[in-house]
Order: sequence, then structure tokens, then C-alpha cells
Amino acid sequence: MLSSLHKQLLNDYQQDFPLSPTPYLDIANTLGVTEEEVLAAFAVLSEQDFISRIGPIIQPNQLGNSTLVAMAIPAEQLTQTANIVSDFPEVNHNYEREHHFNLWFVLIAHNQQHLLDVIEQIEIQTSFKTMQLPLLEDYFINLGFQLDLESKAEPLLVSA
Amino acid sequence: MIEPIDLELIITVQEGLPITSRPYALIAEQLNLDEAEVIARLSKLKQQGLIKRLGVIVKHRRLGYQSNAMVVFNIPDALINQMGQRISQFQFINLCYQRPRHGEQWPYNLFCMIHGKSREKVLQQLSYLIESCALENYAHDILFSRRCFKQRGALYFPSGSGFSHENRD
Repeated sequence: MLSSLHKQLLNDYQQDFPLSPTPYLDIANTLGVTEEEVLAAFAVLSEQDFISRIGPIIQPNQLGNSTLVAMAIPAEQLTQTANIVSDFPEVNHNYEREHHFNLWFVLIAHNQQHLLDVIEQIEIQTSFKTMQLPLLEDYFINLGFQLDLESKAEPLLVSA
Repeated sequence: MIEPIDLELIITVQEGLPITSRPYALIAEQLNLDEAEVIARLSKLKQQGLIKRLGVIVKHRRLGYQSNAMVVFNIPDALINQMGQRISQFQFINLCYQRPRHGEQWPYNLFCMIHGKSREKVLQQLSYLIESCALENYAHDILFSRRCFKQRGALYFPSGSGFSHENRD
């Protein structure tokens, strides 16, 4: 079970983690708990896989080049193809989606040529074409994702 | 151009801040910098916008957000900026991007993400979005995610690192 401290840490520190020598102590002071409690709570969130890490999110295309890529793969070859794609270190967020274009992933490379080389390699190794969907404009104003940690998830209709 | 030290710093911090009393001091030690410089450089990168946000990166699925949908629209070019800005303000919208169309096989140019606890809830939110923004006349599609094959790559950049761009799946 998540405590109220866990929930506050999850919701309130997605944007502006303190940039001070003692960020966990600062958080503790803000929330009226001890630094030890904050450290312990973050350790639990991390060990139990509720957070992947505390770190930066980089503005797309500011460092290197990236693109969203979609592929249309016959169902019986999807797993195998997805695994080939996932093996590329440049691939991130590789998902199956319900659509004719059923494999979606993000490619991140250090320059445009590297990006094109990886795409070519993926097409050669999988024998399927890719559709490239690079970001043209980012409209999102990041206000942080407010998690609803109270209501229970409804039963799943589709396996996740 | 980014300074080499900043690049190294980002690559190191991308691994995750240590959960310990003086995390920036530990990072500084690894890079042969001092703690104050690490903090100053990260603050500068954030202020410049290169670091979009610095903080807790949550796992939505683990937290009960099992349904995530990529929603795509075909918006006339003349309206897309206005519409993109409008859509991005809805509380349940996570990301909102313009991307290129690809002819008939992919006529959509506006992409956004909705995370929800159930498929029904996501569909309700989409209906609300369409109604509120008068999007009824534009073609759209919804792509629920199924399996996650890979959530985060090994870090990859010139010497073998990569960057965590936001996709929040």
C-alpha cells in the first residue's frame, strides 16, 4: 500500500526536484517529515518499481535526433520483430498498439545520419518497412501528470 | 552547442539521482566536479529548457494507469497550432505533438496521449475532448497500447548513451 508520503512524493516532485545540496532534506522540511523517512520512501518506490528513477527529461531533438517510428507487422511475426527492434540500443518505448500499424517505438540517435543508419538496419533485419514520424511541433505545456492514487483501477478488458 | 561537461553531466544524471543525503555530491565525485558546480550546471540546463523537467519519473502502468491511448487527428494545417495548444491544456492529455502525415495510409498530423485507469474512461475523455474542441469533422483514430516490449533503452549517445525523451507510456 502506498502511504500518503509516497503519494506526495509521486505527485509533487515530477517537475522540480530540489536543486540544492540536500534535496531530500528540503523535501522532508516541506512535507514535515524527516529526511530518513523521505529517503526510505523513495527507496521503496524505486525497489517496488513505482518509479523508474529521479532524473531529467530532455527536450526532444535538443541533443541528437529522434523520431517516432511505426511499423505494420503481421500478428504472427510481431513478437519476433519487436524483439529485433528492442535489441537496438537506440530504441526506447517499444509498444504494441491496436491498429494496422501495430508496432510503435522511439528512436534516439546522436545525429541524423546515425538515425537513418539505424532505420535502415531495422528494415533490413526485420524485412519490414518503417514509417517515420519525427516531431514537428511540441504543444504540450508540462504541468505534471496528476496521478489519481485513490480510486482503484477498474477491471482490465485487454491484457496489458 | 552543448558543453562537453554538460553532456557528461546529463548522461550521468540520466541514470537516476542516487537516493542518498547528498546526491549531487556523489554525481560530482564521479565527474571530478564539485557539488556546487553540478547544481549550477543542472539549474542552467533546466532554465535553458534543455532539461524539460527534473524529477520523479513514475511508472504509470504500475500505478494503475493500465490503459494508455495514442489519439491522432487530421487537423487542417492552418488550424493545427491553435488546436494543438488548445488540446494540450486538457488535464488528461499527456503529450501533444504535431508530426508529418504519410498519405492515405496515415492521414493524421496531431498526436496526443491519454493515460487512464480503464479503456472506458479513456474513451469518455476522448469524447469530451472531441465535443469541447469541436473536432467532430476531423478524422481521428485511437490506438490503445497492448504489450510493452521495451520501456527504456540502455543509455546511448556518442560513447554509448541515450536520452530519455518523453513518451510517458
